[in-house]
Amino acid sequence: MSQWRATRGGGRLMRLRGLVRKEFLQIVRDPSSIAIAFLMPVVLLLLFGYGVSLDAEHVAIAIVVDQPSAITASFTGELMRSRYFEPSFMPTMADAERAMRARRVSAIVRLRSDFARERMTGSAPIQVVLNGVDANTARLVGGYLEGVWITWLQEQAYEAGEPFDISVAMEERVWFNSEIKSRDFLVPGLIAIIMTLIGALLTAMVMAREWERGTMEALLATPAAIPEILLGKLIPYFVLGTGGMALSVAMALWLFGVPLRGSFTALFAGSTLFLLTALGIGLTISILAKNQFVAGQTAIITTFLPAFILSGFLFDISSMPPIIRGITYFIPARYFVAILQTVFLAGDVPSILLPNGLALLLMATFFLGVSRLRSRKRLE
Amino acid sequence: MARRVWALAIKEFLVLLKDPRSRLVIIVPPFVQLMIFSFAASFDLNDIPFAVYCEDPGLDAQELLSGFRRSRHFEETAWITSDAEIAPLIDAKRVLLVIHIGPRFSRDLRLRRPAALQAIVDGRDSNTALVALGYVRSVVNRYNAQYTARNGIRAPSARLETRAWFNPNLESRWFIVPGIVGMITLVVTLIVTALSVAREREQGTFDQTLVAPFRAGEILLGKAIPGFAIGLSEASLILLVAIVLFQVPFRGSLVTLYAGLALFLMAAIGVGLMISSLAVTQQQGLLGTFLFMVPAVILSGFATPIANMPPILQHVTLINPLRYLLVILRGVFLEGAPCGELVDQLWPMAIIGAVNLATAAWLFRKRSA
Repeated sequence: MSQWRATRGGGRLMRLRGLVRKEFLQIVRDPSSIAIAFLMPVVLLLLFGYGVSLDAEHVAIAIVVDQPSAITASFTGELMRSRYFEPSFMPTMADAERAMRARRVSAIVRLRSDFARERMTGSAPIQVVLNGVDANTARLVGGYLEGVWITWLQEQAYEAGEPFDISVAMEERVWFNSEIKSRDFLVPGLIAIIMTLIGALLTAMVMAREWERGTMEALLATPAAIPEILLGKLIPYFVLGTGGMALSVAMALWLFGVPLRGSFTALFAGSTLFLLTALGIGLTISILAKNQFVAGQTAIITTFLPAFILSGFLFDISSMPPIIRGITYFIPARYFVAILQTVFLAGDVPSILLPNGLALLLMATFFLGVSRLRSRKRLE
Repeated sequence: MARRVWALAIKEFLVLLKDPRSRLVIIVPPFVQLMIFSFAASFDLNDIPFAVYCEDPGLDAQELLSGFRRSRHFEETAWITSDAEIAPLIDAKRVLLVIHIGPRFSRDLRLRRPAALQAIVDGRDSNTALVALGYVRSVVNRYNAQYTARNGIRAPSARLETRAWFNPNLESRWFIVPGIVGMITLVVTLIVTALSVAREREQGTFDQTLVAPFRAGEILLGKAIPGFAIGLSEASLILLVAIVLFQVPFRGSLVTLYAGLALFLMAAIGVGLMISSLAVTQQQGLLGTFLFMVPAVILSGFATPIANMPPILQHVTLINPLRYLLVILRGVFLEGAPCGELVDQLWPMAIIGAVNLATAAWLFRKRSA
């Protein structure tokens, strides 16, 4: 009896090894899986890392000075010196407005003819027109202009030997990212999105493919049990996914120069949990769909776009309406983005890592459990 | 010929819409996405959780703080009394911002020396940090203006008068929703066209189509028509939702918009059919769809401006049809741009569309011969 059980256990391992081998062979023969795991992270990180930036610098603006004088020259000089702006002078307001309509400039700064005179009597207006279509950039440009204005006022007061009359001065301290480089927070978030894609794409079609090609029946006829078949699918793709993750982290550290203030252990633990969740989702989709078209489309629709928009990678979650905020709790990328941004930029902060890790663990268990329950050794 | 193409198009429609699950995948998700994303995708911040660290007992400090408490952008969640309490709050993301007012605040203010307000912000998300600092700055500016007026201090010699065209309240939703219309149109079109040949190859029905009395161009046209029809009708419905539900102002002409949409659909269908002709398996088709769609969304100016990209990438965006469609959508929605101003966006899409469709036809002939 005990001997029988031992061979049965040994057989299970052997069967699993056989299934894993089969899956690896399939991966090697249709290299699109390898491309997904290794080519995609490289292409996407390069693209996102360089392409996605919220740092507006060298913003093209138009300057209209109705009546040039020494005082207007000192203000426009301050604008020219700022690294945020690339000003060009326009003779009339109509020219500037035309340039803005043609999307050649993002803002117009106008000093009217009575600027110098009004400065003597009181407060002279500096007219600023922002192109509000891209509201975020418009707000940043408005902020930069305010900075230039304050600096200029200070210099004017200093030159005139007067006290600088500003009641409350604001001092800014930005923690974790003192240069306010958007790349430092975007790249960790990107890794989460890329891993979402890889995990779902790798597994979304594998079971559906077996059903569609009719090889599932052959697989069911073998003595392999359902958990073995599932594990046989999971292990190879987990290995591929971990490889892709390692590649992404290496690129983040050495190519993009993102600091890693936390530990590799935390990074590895977080990514393992997340990868299991992502693979679990892919597997669940492919088991429920049984058809590669539906499986593939479901994977696109349920992974990439939600991860892009609802994970907090780009858009702040706490500012979303309550219902949407509720939905984000079902997006695994949300937890992984929080983990990655914290591990990279802040360090191992247990109060962030533990709850997010736990959430991922729950989701992984749920999806792997569903895929186990929904796949039966039976033909319909 | 028209009859044969028609028959093929009907067959494609049936394949796409007959299976309830595939019907679901094509029709339901775009609307769910539009609803969720339009509410979610915004750079504006509400109720920023902040902590107050006020060492000054004076009334002036309280008045300044009340400016934050009244604002809908801020939500006070903690009151701290020492430096050591700042780090745990920010590290654990309990607050995004700490407002620190030092013990000399009132005295400096009375002596007419600049009184310091320190804003400590979590920079993990640099854009959120910048936006939050912008809100702080506007509260401080408002306080300064009031203080100056009340105490008869001479106002600064120049002031900024800022206003914004097209979007006076700088609502980022007005920017994002037209973008989502473009993005979803792209996704739907690719879904319909990119896997169509690979599916037939895998199911073995492709050989039957090839031996039937159809020319390659006709088969391709039969596959393009459903993509065009489904893409156009979904785009129209989404536009309607954007205008009626999200109240994004629509100021331009429908003719320009539909001219843009039609050209964009040609370009997108061309890409979809290229992927379709190249892919042997559906997995490859899916991979191809992703490899096109993700860069197309990133390099379109959908979420982050093209002007912020390095020059090389800016040149790459010139071959991205979504880039042009987004300018048209935002132009027609927000700017009310006349057709003449958008011609510059239309002709590049026409060229891209023609090249894509020709390449797709060439690939299709080559791969099915």
